[in-house]
This record gives sequence, structure tokens and C-alpha cells, in this order.
Amino acid sequence: MVTNITSFGRSGLSDWLMQRFSAVILALYTVFIVAFLLFNPNLDYYAWSGLFSQTWMRIFSLLAFVAIAAHAWIGLWTVTTDYLKSTRLRVGAQAVIILGIFVYLVWGIQILWGA
Amino acid sequence: MSNLQVSVYRYNPETDSAPYMQEFQVDTKGRDVMVLDVLHMMKEQDSGLAFRRSCREGVCGSDGMNMNGKNGLACITPLSDVVKNNKLTLRPLPGLPVIRDMVVDMGLFYKQYERIQPYLQNDTPAPAIERLQSPEERDKLDGLYECILCACCSTSCPSFWWNPEKFVGPAGLLQSYRFLADSRDTATSERLSNLEDPFSVFRCRGIMNCVAVCPKGLNPTRAIGKIREMLLADAT
Repeated sequence: MVTNITSFGRSGLSDWLMQRFSAVILALYTVFIVAFLLFNPNLDYYAWSGLFSQTWMRIFSLLAFVAIAAHAWIGLWTVTTDYLKSTRLRVGAQAVIILGIFVYLVWGIQILWGA
Repeated sequence: MSNLQVSVYRYNPETDSAPYMQEFQVDTKGRDVMVLDVLHMMKEQDSGLAFRRSCREGVCGSDGMNMNGKNGLACITPLSDVVKNNKLTLRPLPGLPVIRDMVVDMGLFYKQYERIQPYLQNDTPAPAIERLQSPEERDKLDGLYECILCACCSTSCPSFWWNPEKFVGPAGLLQSYRFLADSRDTATSERLSNLEDPFSVFRCRGIMNCVAVCPKGLNPTRAIGKIREMLLADAT
């Protein structure tokens, strides 16, 4: 029996599915932001904050933040289990990664609703 | 015609403190022989050279090795396929412990093969004659049953290099799917539940080295994709 307690979903299948869903969400978000910047060459603060004051944009952004958090957790967890063979080093790196992801997620939410 | 220059990995743990490469000059008389023939010519020069071989026609899977950086069976690989600039470098299969020279310890590889339970399991009463399959059901096993367990694929797979104790590897997963796809096997859900962790199947990153090196032309990556589909269908 292969065990795993620090992976995102505790299951290879759910991690695999989450990785693909989050990739699609991130791709859509990236395409949208790039298109928005291209169609607004003289972008000013009001247009930018106007975009992010709309509820649908906040939902879309939060979705992208959660997606990148899950995507990073799953991806970096995989990298640590491939390359870090010392248990102390691996668990330490995983703790730092998960903590970092948490900080960025809360910080992102604060930016979205703080302005 | 100049002699073929062959560089061979040598290591005898009883006498050598570290592995080294030994240079050989081999006169192939201009013929396009197989790499295994070259190994035999070298063994005539140095009888201490150790390598595995048996059927010498690509059926037994004993002489899997790394030839100029690519895994394959020495007995069915002609020099013209691998030799560049009249040089040939031979190393044992990567990622497995070396017992001596070209001979590796296949223990981990067989352990992963054993883990997928490579035998038919059926809990229904045995019929008077054999368990029948339709031609369509039998067709599903094509491209799966032909594997000879030479380990060329698994030892070319970086995911297997990093986690050989947890990742089943392409050879084991191809065989796993061979039994998952078999209409006579009734242990499908037990087999699937042993594979859904993040390592056994899902450590496959689709690098496809396995497909590139398989001497039998099989496609473990496709089989792994089919296992993923079965896991998804079973769990959602």
C-alpha cells in the first residue's frame, strides 16, 4: 500500500483531476486578462479598479486564485517527492510550500475585496 | 575499414572500488552485426565481461541494455541503428543496482510487477470447458500481452528512477491493464483500488520514453491512459 498524507487530495485520482481542472481555469483566466490588456491599451486606474469591483470578476479571480493554489500544491508536492529524498528536507519543503500558498491566497482575497 | 570502438561499463564489486569504462577495439569485418554479437567478440578478448543473454532473438528479454544512450535489446539491435562515428557505448539498464558489469538487479522491477497481481482472477465457478471470449474481447488484449518484461521501458522512465518503490512503472502498468481489460477477470475493482494513490499510476508524467524504447513496439502510455479512464469512471 502506497501512502501519502501531505498530497493535496490524499488520492492520486483526485489530484490528477484537480490538476487538469485548475489548468483549464488558469488558462481561461490568463487568456481573459491578456485580452483585456490588449483591448485597453490606454488602461488607467479607474478602468482597472472598475473591472475588479464587479462581482463576476471577483468570483472569476477568486476561482483563479484557488485554482493556482491547488495547482501549485499538487505540482510542487510531486516535485518534492521526486527529488527530495531526505524526509526531513522533504517535509520541511512541503510545509514551506503549503504555508506560502496559504499566505498568497489570503493576501489575494484581501486585495480583491480590500480596495 | 577501421575497427569499431566500443566503450563498456565495467564494475566488479569484489575487486573494483568504483565503476569504470573499458575501451575495446572490435573487428566486425565490415558486417552490420547485432550489438550482442559485438559483446560476444569482446568476451573473446576479455572473458571476465559479464552480461545476460539467452535466446538471442528478441524473445526472452535478457539482454536489455543502454546502447549509445538508448535502451533496447542487444540481440535485435543492428550496429547501423545505434553506432555513430564508429563509436559504441554500452551501459547497463539505468536506475537499477549493478551486480556486475552489464548485469543489473531486477528485484525492484519484479516487485512492482508482482504488486499488480499479473494473473487472471475469477471468483465465479469454473465452467466445464474454458472461459470463452468473443473475438472483440480478445482483440482488447492485443498490444498488451506481447510484453516480454525486458525492463527497457521502466528503466528509461524518470518517474521510475525517482520512485521505483512506489511507482509501478510502464511495464507493470501495461500488464496491469492487460488484466483490467480481460473480460474473464472479475477482480477489476480490487485492482483499481490498489492503483488510485498518487504514485502507483499517477506518477506517470507522460514523458513517453517507454514508448520510444520498447523493442516490441508496445505503448505503455496508452495503457496508463486507459487505466486513468477506468479509475475516473469507477470513482465519479
